[in-house]
Amino acid sequence: MKELRIGLGQVRPALGDVSRNLDLHLENVNEAEKLGIQLLVFPELGLTGYYLKDLTLEVARQLDHPDILKMVAASRKVDVVFSFIEESPDHRFYVAAVYASKGQVVHVHRKLYLPTYGMFEENRHFARGKALNSFASGLGAQMGMAICEDAWHPSVPYLLSIAGVDVVIIPAAGPGRALSGDPNTGSQHFWHRLIRTYAQLFTSYFVFVNRVGFEDGVFFFGHSAVAGPDGELVASTDSMDAQLLAVDIDLDLLRKERYRSPFLRDEDPHLTLRELERILGR
Amino acid sequence: MGINHLEDVLLYLDQSISHALPVLVAFLREETEKAGFQDVVFGLSGGIDSAVVAYLAVEAFGKDRIHPLIMPYKTSSPASLEDAQKVVSALGLEAKVVDITPQIDAYFANQEEASPLRRGNKMARERMTIIYDHSVIYRALPLGTSNKTELLLGYGTQHGDLASAINPIGDLYKTQIRKVASQLGVPQSILTKPPSADLWESQTDEGELGFTYDEADVILHLLVDDRFSPEEVVQAGFREDLVRTIAKRMMQNQYKRRLPLIAKVSSRTIGIDFRYPRDWGM
Repeated sequence: MKELRIGLGQVRPALGDVSRNLDLHLENVNEAEKLGIQLLVFPELGLTGYYLKDLTLEVARQLDHPDILKMVAASRKVDVVFSFIEESPDHRFYVAAVYASKGQVVHVHRKLYLPTYGMFEENRHFARGKALNSFASGLGAQMGMAICEDAWHPSVPYLLSIAGVDVVIIPAAGPGRALSGDPNTGSQHFWHRLIRTYAQLFTSYFVFVNRVGFEDGVFFFGHSAVAGPDGELVASTDSMDAQLLAVDIDLDLLRKERYRSPFLRDEDPHLTLRELERILGR
Repeated sequence: MGINHLEDVLLYLDQSISHALPVLVAFLREETEKAGFQDVVFGLSGGIDSAVVAYLAVEAFGKDRIHPLIMPYKTSSPASLEDAQKVVSALGLEAKVVDITPQIDAYFANQEEASPLRRGNKMARERMTIIYDHSVIYRALPLGTSNKTELLLGYGTQHGDLASAINPIGDLYKTQIRKVASQLGVPQSILTKPPSADLWESQTDEGELGFTYDEADVILHLLVDDRFSPEEVVQAGFREDLVRTIAKRMMQNQYKRRLPLIAKVSSRTIGIDFRYPRDWGM
């Protein structure tokens, strides 16, 4: 069995305090190394906190900032996905996730869809990412990243699937709301349903890592989870408290599921492209 | 449709918060400790709202870190005082009693004509200043005890009972407070008595408002959470004059829910384009 041990770094970041969050991340990397974790995933904006508003300008870091280089260096121990406000050299501010391995940046994903409605105001402060790509990891699996709201647009996992992906990593800062008459929040139901459905449709692993803690009275519900290519939940932290959960995923299951349910083989992206062009009136 | 609809919505409101307790308790603990406080202080009136806050605070902090203040006026109902004492003894708390009669009577000594409204507001504001004074004595964060129904209707005294640092119950309607209270084991006499601001003898909330909390909560829920227009609420079977009254109160009291307006002259004005999270630097 070809296994990959993934760490769900369900942390409680401090709002606007990058150095404290950096320490928290590095402690988790050390812990992950002890647990034999090969890839440790942190939530969206784990290094900065979420409801930043005008703090954006203070916490933004370019990729060569010493704080970011420390996180990249930590990937000598364990592959790591971490997230912060990435400032481009021309001073645009992106919600970004970095995949780092062996002390190098492997891939940067800039959030494509910035929620700006109801309780969210991301478009007010941040620039939109423009590109989506999967990438090879040294762990025997092709990876892709989508940050929180990105995952609510099915074109995102679809494009990753066409680009080729085994594991879709979703760092998130999902607030708990719409309490239902259930121990689990409405938000948590939506997310688990979503990653299970995607995992089955795209016969891939989906790794959802959500933060915990409160910011301005809003709580982030945690419940980080992994869904497998058969559409089942592999594991869930089942908790709104901080924790590091090691999850073993079986990469051989991709092979069996893609033979049994060959959606990927039969998917016709050219049909999609032709019809999109026609519908869009090109 | 009318009555059935009312009962259906009440049932929904009850069910939707049946698992809210862990969130409310975690909110209290995290937002208090983040602000650098270990202790909390609040007014305990003998009513259901402050009783619920007392029970939640004990869950969050244990009994030694919470400081309830009982602040009767000479006309306060003896039953209220008894109920406040019931909460104190049920939870094993140490409560301080501060009789506000001398300071209220001193102020109104030469103003026999002062209306009940003025006297009630004055009492609410005196209690607020006593709570904030004890916030320094105990180094404790003042907790709010206003519920969502009161906040939306503006049924409270600005800078009086509406003032607090953090409020664990401000997103719960009055009928939901009853549900939470019964889950927490609040004494039966507090659960069943008619809600009263107890600012003058024989005052009851429902008598003063002119409608019941059940009606108010259902209509507010439809207007606010379900985004019904007032016409749609009427079509759902509710009395038009009642719907209009409630919608109007909600609108007219918006000012009580916001900071004072500031005349904008600079490029960064507090509340307009000087935008930081409340948890800034915590």
